[in-house]
Amino acid sequence: MSAPYAKLPAWVDYGLIPLINLAVAFLVAGLVVLAVGQSPLRAASLLIEGAFGYGEGIGFTLYYATNFIFTGLAVAVAFHCGLFNIGGEGQAYVAGLGVVLPCLWLDQFAPWYVIFPVAILGSALVGASWALIPGWLQAKRGSHVVITTIMFNFIASSLMVYVLVDVLKPAGSMAPQTRKFAESGQLPRLDWLLSPFGLDIGGAPFNLSFLLALVMAFVVWVVIWRTRLGYEIRTMGHSPTAAAYAGIREHRIIIITMMMSGALAGMMALNPIMGDQHSMQLDFVGGAGFVGIAVALMGRSHPAGIIPAAILFGVLYQGGAEISFEMPEISRDMITIIQGLVILFAGALENMFRPAITTFFATLGAARAARPQPAAE
Amino acid sequence: MSETAIELKGIDKRFGLVHANKNINLSVRKGTIHGIIGENGAGKSTLMSILYGFYQADSGDIFVDGKKTVIRDPNTAIAAGIGMVHQHFMLVENFTVLENVMLGVEDSQILTAGIAKARQELKRLEHEYELEVDPDAIIEELPVGLQQRVEILKALYRGAEILILDEPTGVLTPAEADHLFRILEQLKAQGKTILLITHKLREIMAVTDEVSVMRRGEMVATRTTAETSVEELAELMVGRRVLLRVDKGPASPGEVLFSVENLTVRDSRGVDMVKDVSFELRAGEIVGIAGVAGNGQSELLQAITGIRRAVRGKVLLQGEPIHVTGKADAAELRQRGLAHVPEDRQHMGLVLKFDESENSILGYHWDPKYLNGVFLNIEAIRKDAAAKIEKYDIRPPNPRLKTANFSGGNQQKIVLAREMERDPAVLIIGQPTRGVDVGAIEFIHKRIIEMRDAGKAVLLVSVELDEIRSLSDRVLVMFDGRIVGERSPETGEGELGLLMAGVEDVREAAE
Repeated sequence: MSAPYAKLPAWVDYGLIPLINLAVAFLVAGLVVLAVGQSPLRAASLLIEGAFGYGEGIGFTLYYATNFIFTGLAVAVAFHCGLFNIGGEGQAYVAGLGVVLPCLWLDQFAPWYVIFPVAILGSALVGASWALIPGWLQAKRGSHVVITTIMFNFIASSLMVYVLVDVLKPAGSMAPQTRKFAESGQLPRLDWLLSPFGLDIGGAPFNLSFLLALVMAFVVWVVIWRTRLGYEIRTMGHSPTAAAYAGIREHRIIIITMMMSGALAGMMALNPIMGDQHSMQLDFVGGAGFVGIAVALMGRSHPAGIIPAAILFGVLYQGGAEISFEMPEISRDMITIIQGLVILFAGALENMFRPAITTFFATLGAARAARPQPAAE
Repeated sequence: MSETAIELKGIDKRFGLVHANKNINLSVRKGTIHGIIGENGAGKSTLMSILYGFYQADSGDIFVDGKKTVIRDPNTAIAAGIGMVHQHFMLVENFTVLENVMLGVEDSQILTAGIAKARQELKRLEHEYELEVDPDAIIEELPVGLQQRVEILKALYRGAEILILDEPTGVLTPAEADHLFRILEQLKAQGKTILLITHKLREIMAVTDEVSVMRRGEMVATRTTAETSVEELAELMVGRRVLLRVDKGPASPGEVLFSVENLTVRDSRGVDMVKDVSFELRAGEIVGIAGVAGNGQSELLQAITGIRRAVRGKVLLQGEPIHVTGKADAAELRQRGLAHVPEDRQHMGLVLKFDESENSILGYHWDPKYLNGVFLNIEAIRKDAAAKIEKYDIRPPNPRLKTANFSGGNQQKIVLAREMERDPAVLIIGQPTRGVDVGAIEFIHKRIIEMRDAGKAVLLVSVELDEIRSLSDRVLVMFDGRIVGERSPETGEGELGLLMAGVEDVREAAE
C-alpha cells in the first residue's frame, strides 16, 4: 500500500523537478502580479527581455550570477559536511577588507594582474577567518553554526560600518565609502566574451571575476569529489557515526570546511568591489549571501547545478529591475516577492512535488515492466 | 476472571524486507499481568506499537474487551483505554509532574480550572495505587524511578484500563524495579490489565501471570508463568535449532595479540555500560561474547576500536598500549593492525549514499595506495574494489553502484572485504550476520574461520547464540556490563541462556 519505491532517472531528478518547481513559482508570482491589476504576461516578457534581450542585460545578469555562484558554492561546501553556513553575507562583507586594502595600497604602483591575485588571496583569507570562529565554536563547543553565523552577520555589519565611516572614508567626504581605485584596481570587463555573438555589454559591470567563479566551481568539484579531504567531508556530512568509525577527526573537518566555505563567500567581494564600484561601499553584498542558500539548494549542492541556479537568480535580479522600471505599478518590493516565491518553491519546498513525481514514474516503470509478459500460464 | 482484555488476531507487519510481525495471535486476560518476552528484534516493540497506534498492521484485527477496535493512532488507543509507558520517557523535562500529567487533556484553554481538577484527581490516583509523587516537582529533578511513575500516572489519568510497559526496568536500579513490581501488583489488584515487555527472564518469573514468547517476528508460545521455568523460556526465546554446520578444526591459540584489563565505559547519560571488563585474545582463536543485546556489548566494541572514550582500563594491541581513555582514534588503530566490522553496518560501517568503491576505502582512505598526493586515485580505488567484489562474490558486481542499493548480505560483504583484506592482526566483529540472507551467512562464517586459521585473533560479538556457539573457541557471557562467565562453546544452550539472563548461579537455578 505504501508508495512504490523507485530511483528517478537523472533527467527527472536534476531537470524536470527543478523546472516544475520553477514553473509553479512563476505561476504564483503571476497571480500576485494579476492581483495588483497588471498583466503577468507583460511582466514575464519584460523579465526575459530585460535579462536576455540585449547585450547590456546579459552583462548585468551574469554580473549578478557571479555573486551568486560564489555564495552558492560557499553554502554547498558546508552542506556537504552537514553544516548550514548562513553567514555568507557577513563573510563576504568582511572579506571586502581583503579586497579593498590591497587595492588602496597597491593601485598606485602595480598593474591589475598583480593586485588581483593579492585581492583573491586577501578576500579568501578574511572570509575564511570570519567563518573560522563559528566553525571553531561548533567543533569545540557545540554552538550551532546556524546561530553563530547569523550573529556574525550582524557583527560584520556593524564592524564594516565602523570601518567605512571611521577608518577608510577619505577625509572630507560625506559618503561612507572608500576612495575610488586607480585604473589598476579595476578588473577588466569581459566584453570580448560576448562580442563574438554580436552583443555589446555596454555599461554592465560584467568582469573577470565571472571567470574566477567558474574556476572556483571546478575547484570545488575537484576538492569535494576527488580529494581525500573531500571524501572526509562527505563522510562527515552523510554519517558522523561512520566518520567516527573511520577515524576521521570531526573537529578538524568542521573547522576546515567552514573556512573553505568562508573563503568562497569572501571571494564574492571581488566582483562588486574590483569589478563594479571600484571602491568599497556600505552594504555592497546586498543579500547575495542569503541568495546563495537558495542557489545551493536549487543546485543540489553540485557546481553543475549551482551555475545555472545562480544564472537564474541573476535573471530575476536583472529582469526584475527592468520590470520595476517599465511597469511603475510593480514596485521594487513586488520583485522581491517574486524572488521570494522562487526561493520558496525551488529551495525550501524543493521536495514538495517529489513524492508525486516518484510515484508517477514508479507506476510508469511498473506498467512498462508488466506489459511484455504474456498472459499465458 | 476469564474475560479477555485484549485479543490480537493474525497481526502481520512488514517494514520493507523485514517481516517484523508474522501472523501474531495473542489473548490477554483481564486483570492479569501478561509478560511478552523475546530477544531484541523479535518484534515485541513493533507489536506493542501497533496496539498503541503508532503503526498500522498490514493485516489482522485487534479486539479490546471483546469488541473489534480499529486503532488508528495513540488517541484512539487512549480512548479505548490503552495506556503505554515507553522505554524512553515521553515527558517534558522542565514541566512539573502535574503539568505533564494533564498535557494534552487540559479540558480548556484557560488552565486554572483544569489544574485544580487534575490536582485532585492526581491525589486520588496516588492514594489508590500508592504512586506517591510530588505534583509540583520538576521532572528533570526527579530520579528515573519517579519519572517512570509519572508516566504511569499519566496513563491512569487518561483512564487507562490496559497498561503497556515497554522494557520498564531497563533504566531502573534493582530497588526501583522491585518497587515498580509492587505498583504493578497493586494495579492488578484494582483490576487493571498489564502488558509487560521485557527480555529479562527473572522479571517475568517474578511478576507475571502468563507469558508469551516471541522469536523472529513470531509468537512461538504462551505459558502460564507458574507452570513454566526459566530454562524453558530461555529455550523458547533463543530457539533451539541445530547448530549451523561450520567446518572448523580445533584452534591452536598462540601468543596474546589483544588484551583488555578493567575496562569501564560510560554512556552519555552517565550510566556505566561496561563495568570492569577484562579478557584477552590470542592469535588463532575466536572468542565469542554472548549476551542479550543492550548489556554493554556495543559500548565495549566502540571503546576498544577507538570510537568511544572509556572511563578507565588498559588495552594492549600486540603488546603496545591503546589510549582508550584518551585520544585513540580508529584510523590510528587500523594502521596498527586492528580491523573492525561494526555492529551497525548501515550507520557506522558504510555510508549508504556513497558508491561501493568509496565505501571500500572507508577508514583506509589515508592509505597512499588509494591516493595521488592529496587527490583520490579513483582508478586504483575502483580497481581495488573490483578485486574485492570478485573475491567476496559481491553482487551486483558494480563498484560504482550506490551502496544503499545492495542487499544486506552484500553490504556486509563490502564491510568484511574491506576489513579482512587488510590482513589485520586482530579482527573485531559485531553482529556479522544481522539482517543477512542465509546464503551469505555461510560465506561469512567461513571467512571468519579462515581468518582464525591464518593466525588472527578474532573477537566475535553476536546476539545469535547459535552463531557464537558454532564459531567461537571460547565463549564469554556478558550481562549488565560485566563478563559473568566463560564457557566452552559446547556448553548447553540452556546454561548459556541463563547466564545471559543474569541468573548468576546457573547450577543452582537449574535444579
